[in-house]
Amino acid sequence: MALLEVKGVSRRFDDFTAVNHVDFSVTTGEFFTLLGPSGCGKTTLLRMIAGFDQPDSGSILLDGIDLKDTPPEKRPIHTVFQSYALFPHMTVEQNIAFPLRMARQPEEEIRKKIRETLDLVALRDRAKRYPHELSGGQKQRVALARGLVNRPRLLLLDEPLGALDAKLREQMQIELIALQRDIGVTFVFVTHAQEEALALSHRIAVMNHGRIEQLDEPDRIYGSPKNRFVADFIGNVNMHDATVEALDDTLTLALGKLGPIKAPRHKNQEVQIGMSGAFIIRPEQVSIRAADEPSPDPNQFVGTVNDFLYTGDVTTYIVDLPDGERLEALLPNSAPGRAKFFELGDPVRVSWKAEAGAFLDT
Amino acid sequence: MAITYIESRIRGERLSKTLVTTPPFLFLLLFFLIPSLIMVVASFRYPGEFGGLASFFPVPGEEETGLTLENYGYFFGDFIYAQIFLKSFGVAALTTLICLVMAYPVALLIARSPKKSRDLMVLLCVLPFASNFLVRVYAWMIILGPFDLLFSRFAVIIGMVYVHLPFMILPLYTNLEKHDPVLLDAAQDLGANAWHRFWKITFPMSLPGIFSGAALVFIPVLGMFAIPEILGGKDDWLVGNMIKESFLGTRDWPFGAMLSMILTLCVLAIAGFMTVLTRRGTRHA
Ligand SMILES: Nc1ncnc2c1ncn2[C@@H]1O[C@H](COP(=O)(O)OP(=O)(O)OP(=O)(O)O)[C@@H](O)[C@H]1O
Ligand SMILES: [Mg+2]
Repeated sequence: MALLEVKGVSRRFDDFTAVNHVDFSVTTGEFFTLLGPSGCGKTTLLRMIAGFDQPDSGSILLDGIDLKDTPPEKRPIHTVFQSYALFPHMTVEQNIAFPLRMARQPEEEIRKKIRETLDLVALRDRAKRYPHELSGGQKQRVALARGLVNRPRLLLLDEPLGALDAKLREQMQIELIALQRDIGVTFVFVTHAQEEALALSHRIAVMNHGRIEQLDEPDRIYGSPKNRFVADFIGNVNMHDATVEALDDTLTLALGKLGPIKAPRHKNQEVQIGMSGAFIIRPEQVSIRAADEPSPDPNQFVGTVNDFLYTGDVTTYIVDLPDGERLEALLPNSAPGRAKFFELGDPVRVSWKAEAGAFLDT
Repeated sequence: MAITYIESRIRGERLSKTLVTTPPFLFLLLFFLIPSLIMVVASFRYPGEFGGLASFFPVPGEEETGLTLENYGYFFGDFIYAQIFLKSFGVAALTTLICLVMAYPVALLIARSPKKSRDLMVLLCVLPFASNFLVRVYAWMIILGPFDLLFSRFAVIIGMVYVHLPFMILPLYTNLEKHDPVLLDAAQDLGANAWHRFWKITFPMSLPGIFSGAALVFIPVLGMFAIPEILGGKDDWLVGNMIKESFLGTRDWPFGAMLSMILTLCVLAIAGFMTVLTRRGTRHA
């Protein structure tokens, strides 16, 4: 049974709809992520789940019970705020003890739980410190510990890693996964960083303009985006206007002035001849080789290298196609000492398999 | 070359620092430190025959010249003086407490109002300062007169609270306004009801504001003589009245100087104590 159910929830501010008819449910033990660009309504949604705001329509249920009349302090739901919101006049220990004291747990129990939780987040030696004496990562861990210490049914995390630098962020991501797995608390995690969402989540709801655009597992979100927004928002993607020319088991698409290509036809996908939309393909699915080398792939074009981006592990080539459009192709730098395979202006052959890429009509 | 440039920069900075800090330093030296020293010395001298001070140097036929501990002897010899001190401390403490209780909700209200209306509300709090202090105190005579409450300890406390309330509101507001509202959300989220949110978060975080407000009320009330004189009865005299009377009434300057020395020492002791308390309460800030 679902732990949390969000049913048709909408929230309007004056005539602006911040959350628009959102439906989803989260099961116990799940790491669920709300992913979307800034201003798409993630925080608004989270505040309604925590109880700081009420939906204009729809309902939020926990264990099948409507939360409408339960104030935030009575909900077994805790939040880790983006700014951590640690109490500056309390030590680490006192901060972590706060929810236990509010729940009137016996002092002995409190001491035991604090010790366990401090060990869990490796902050035992910082117990007597005040928040201003801690580093960003340590504050983050205290906020997490405080949210988890009395085992809420649900932990809401609003961009908890947003304020950390890249290295620390990566480290905290790993800690977060381990922590969530070890203690089994259900997480609803908010972020606008797509790599983070892909790395951490069991399921992701991609939001835009207050709506959920797609709700799926990370590999489906990345591998089979439902529409252009999701394809574009998650990772890098090549997108090209396309029209359906023929269809059988596969699709034949006309890519503007370029010749026709073969694309996979997904089951349940409603397509007709003449339908226009977009063909999308990820850069890592595009092979690149010298123009005079033949390729076995059915889809191939010759173009010139317009630019490239060396990022250490891979180099991304930006190739000008004959119709003036651009295509990104990714080449791993696995051969030692060879950072560059092609130079600017080199003629290259880009190609991909018939089952790569997808046709999107929305 | 570079070093001489840096050196000259440092020297220039030092020079400008000296230029900026010298005038206020001289002012304080001239008008605060020297008069204070004069008072210290005066409290150890004999009174002059018609006010002022007796000669410091021996004068033939005069016995009471030079320095003496006599004034302090008077103070510690008669319990009545200590009693007036204790009464003054009591009045000051009560005034501070009433001001705190009255100012806290006001400060909280202003701090939690929309930003736009806050300045206006602060302005309203300090608006009474636009009229003369004595006029405002006399106004209380007119208000309290018909109720037969005038010339009493009660009237003195009312006057004291009325005059000093803004000095409590302002530092409290300044402190409360800085509290991050997300902390209250966090507390509520973690299970704290309104009562706990106030006593566990807002109140302890406002302690520095409480301490500075208390100092700004307590210390001036201790030395206040106008309000007890206008609104109080004969036995509502406070230290301030005694000091004023010594200088202007009985014209026993050394005695007045001694009283104000003792008052200053008491205030310093309290201020020191409060500083320690504040430090302890705000190690985190
Ligand atoms: N109290 C409010 N009054 C009016 N508009 C609001 C209010 N709260 C949020 N909004 C609007 O609702 C929209 C969604 O805001 P929200 O904070 O939920 O976005 P978000 O997805 O959390 O963005 P971010 O990633 O930047 O945190 C924004 O356009 C915001 O301006
Ligand atoms: Mg947000």
